[in-house]
Amino acid sequence: MSPEKLDLLQGTLDLMVLQTLTVMGSMHGYGIARRIEQVSADEVLLNQGTIYASLVRLEQRGWISSHWGTSDNNRKAKYYSITAAGKRQLAADARYWERLKDVMERVLTMDKSAEGADA
Amino acid sequence: MSETLRLAKRLWAFIRRRPLDDDLEDELAAHLQFAIDDNMARGMSPTEARRMALISIGGMDQARYKHREARGFMTLDIFKQDLKYTLRSLWHDPSFTVVAVLILALAIGANIAVFSVVNTLLLRPLPFPNAHELVWIAPPPTKCGMSCATYSTDAYDEFRAGSRSYQDVTGYFAFSGADNLSLNLGGAPIPATSIDVIQNFFQVLGVHAQMGRVFTPEDARNGAAPVVLLTNAWWKRQFNADPGIVGKAFDMNGQQTTVIGVLPASFDFGAVFAPGTKVDAITPLNLYGPPRDWGNIITMIGRLKPGVTMGRAVDEAARVAPAMCWNNKHPETCGDYKGGVVPVPLKDYIGGKLRRSLIVLWSAVGAILLIACVNLSNLLLARGAARAKEFAMRGALGASRGRIVRQLLTESLVLSGMGAMFGFMLAAVLVQWLAHQGAIALPLLSTLHMDGAALGWTVLISIFSATIFGIVPGLRMAGGNVYESLKDAGPGATASRKHERIRSVLVVSEVALACMLLVGAGLLLRSFMNVLNVDLGFEPDHAAAIKVSYDDSVPNDKDGNLSAQKRGVIFQQILSRVSALPGVEAAGTVDYLPLGQNRAWGLPFPKGVKRPKNIDSGPLVYVISPGYMRAMGTAIRGRDFGWSDLPNTEQVIMINRSFAKFLAGFAKWPGGDAVGQVLANGGGRDLHVVGVVDDVHEENVDGDAGWQIYYPFTQASPSAAELVVRTRMNPASLAGPVLATLREMNPKQPAAEFKPIRLLVNHAVSGRQFFMLLVVSFAGLGLLLAALGIYGVISYSVTRQTQEIGIRMALGASAAHVRGRILTSTLRLALIGIVIGVGASLAGAKLIAALLFGTSPWDLATYGSMALLLLMIAALSGYIPAFRASRINPTVALRTN
Repeated sequence: MSPEKLDLLQGTLDLMVLQTLTVMGSMHGYGIARRIEQVSADEVLLNQGTIYASLVRLEQRGWISSHWGTSDNNRKAKYYSITAAGKRQLAADARYWERLKDVMERVLTMDKSAEGADA
Repeated sequence: MSETLRLAKRLWAFIRRRPLDDDLEDELAAHLQFAIDDNMARGMSPTEARRMALISIGGMDQARYKHREARGFMTLDIFKQDLKYTLRSLWHDPSFTVVAVLILALAIGANIAVFSVVNTLLLRPLPFPNAHELVWIAPPPTKCGMSCATYSTDAYDEFRAGSRSYQDVTGYFAFSGADNLSLNLGGAPIPATSIDVIQNFFQVLGVHAQMGRVFTPEDARNGAAPVVLLTNAWWKRQFNADPGIVGKAFDMNGQQTTVIGVLPASFDFGAVFAPGTKVDAITPLNLYGPPRDWGNIITMIGRLKPGVTMGRAVDEAARVAPAMCWNNKHPETCGDYKGGVVPVPLKDYIGGKLRRSLIVLWSAVGAILLIACVNLSNLLLARGAARAKEFAMRGALGASRGRIVRQLLTESLVLSGMGAMFGFMLAAVLVQWLAHQGAIALPLLSTLHMDGAALGWTVLISIFSATIFGIVPGLRMAGGNVYESLKDAGPGATASRKHERIRSVLVVSEVALACMLLVGAGLLLRSFMNVLNVDLGFEPDHAAAIKVSYDDSVPNDKDGNLSAQKRGVIFQQILSRVSALPGVEAAGTVDYLPLGQNRAWGLPFPKGVKRPKNIDSGPLVYVISPGYMRAMGTAIRGRDFGWSDLPNTEQVIMINRSFAKFLAGFAKWPGGDAVGQVLANGGGRDLHVVGVVDDVHEENVDGDAGWQIYYPFTQASPSAAELVVRTRMNPASLAGPVLATLREMNPKQPAAEFKPIRLLVNHAVSGRQFFMLLVVSFAGLGLLLAALGIYGVISYSVTRQTQEIGIRMALGASAAHVRGRILTSTLRLALIGIVIGVGASLAGAKLIAALLFGTSPWDLATYGSMALLLLMIAALSGYIPAFRASRINPTVALRTN
């Protein structure tokens, strides 16, 4: 695997899954994993298999639900969709990430002048 | 909220993992298929598509593992795995498993049983509601027995009225003898034992009747209709648990007595107040009838008001005591109880004397547990040595050190869990048996049972012992160098030498512990032997006693002289008839047998000598017939009482040597001899000493004999008549003829028990015997375990050195030389252990000193013989492997491996 790929931070995968399900509606595990890879333009290091740990975690918390269904090409697959509680959680988590992103941005763009301006 | 939900789901997932696993497999299979489809759509060959799909999944196993980790509890899963593995490996090594579980079961069982005893006697509250409020009110312990621990009815009334600390004060009549009640159902009268209690007795203790009611003040008034409460056991035994018994009346001691209630099974008077005796019925004590003038007869028990401290109660009792009178009609007796009214918690009164014995017992079983743990450690080490490669292999395959220690600790836990299970059953049997040993004079024994606390204790000590015996082998094995272990195929490697050193340390500590146990047991055994050899002042063998029922009442007999005469006539007949029975050597009666109850009547003093003020206790009083001393085997200097000592002749007495010696210290008797001297008896008739008799142990076997005074029953009034018969034959063979003779003369004679006098002694020493036997059997167990430990270690090292021994023998070492070498190393270990053990025993001897009798806690003979015994056992357990070693065939030994 190429060393340039991003390692996923703890908990970020859960958020990505929730967001994917919100946008895409009901999906199976492979679909979610592919979608995340595509959106990230193959920049994240995602062992597709790890998606299932995330899915079971989210389901146990009641944020997503699942059912067995049939795919377009007639394969049996387990489909996941986000629940109302999941949507609330996603909103909260997204707000948190926005704030964290802003803070990180400010920290990383700080220069000498910022110190002076504050003083 | 979502987290609790998740926890519940995780637990659920842990329990039903199979369907979830299947689900995941289906899901992963679908995932793989989608990926392959996609890749093939992009133009890859089927093989390539599959390969790439697997790569992007990033390992199926890893996916499964992560999923399970998120889904359930890995720790529990691992524990389940370890457990499965442990059970499998134990199953495949049955001899090890059986030995280990057996050792643990014995040690843990002994611990639980002793804990139950300690819990019952010391820790658990008495079987009464709010038992901490109950106090026993008595003077500090003195020489004069029960009589000094009791109060007169006037004193009781004053104390009850004058104290504010109590909800109420009650008591019981302390001098009821066994078989004092005769139940007449038509046939031969049935003997039973009843206790008279003050009517508020059950209210104070907080005991309610199981059926009917308890006493009310009306039941104890003058002229009240006779009523009785049945104990649960007697109700079941004698009355077949008749559900309609309340309200029925029976002939008891010649009076129609109504049963007003049945007491609950949880109430056992004997267990609490009179260990080792059984009480069948409870009757109300009429404080305002004749007992008014009987002197000190009541033991006092009080229930403190909530929040009253012991200190306050003690202070108050000291303030009230001076106002208490022995008899209100004799103002000069007011203040007699000064300093003699001290409340102590009832629990302390009952179990306090046993505290030290129990601590020793507890230490003994603790030592047993440690020895068992050491043994187990040794066994596990030996087993571990055989499994070193297995663990090395697992380590090489990536098992972490913690994981291996965990596996080993799981093994220890499983072993100790199984041991605890069997131990618990063993203890349950033991406790059940103990609870039915009515003859052992230990309080509360009948209330002994296994309870939640015992179960908790079991869990605690099994975890404790698993940790103790599992930790050393666990660390030892997990800490081993993987490479070394894999390489260490044969003997002689350094790792194994280190191994052996640990095992030697374990054996030494085991021997030291066993040595301490043996020394303790030896000291207790020797004490017990000394107790059995005490000169009791009477000959307990070849004599037996039976309670005789007689009617000496004479109408309008003001001073009791007529009834005394009548009594003389009755018993002169009885005694001459009984003495004429074949095999009877002597016969006589007494009202209280030794080692039982007793009483005092004040202090007679040499006539004409001023009595010092500071003596507050008098001699114990026994009222006897002529011939009693000979029947008991007590030597008399002077003369025995005769049938001619009558109410109208001069009042004669006998006194014991101790009392004679005490009196001689005040009077100027020729030669200090009391025989023929006269004592003044505080206003009564003068007492002529006609004989001085041996000191009789009246209260206990292992204490000092106190003062005793004997009155002839034709001049003083006995409270009962115990007929003592001496024979050259087995006393039991006389039971039939004696009872038949008594029946012939008095058809109302109940079939009372014909008790060998030896039984009284056995009963009196039963508590000491009980502890001694327990400690001795624990020491035996310890010795056995230590022997096993030595045998295990030596035989292991012999096996390990087979090759070396083979070489030595090939080079010309003789069999005797090989044997000698092994025996020497065995004895060296044992000696080190013994030295440490003896040192520890010497240091800890103080703990046991109070339990010894006529034996120094540093008794050389005991220490020496026990050390020798241990050394011999060690030599024996080392000899078997040594002998095996000397039989090694060099060619065979060198070919192995």
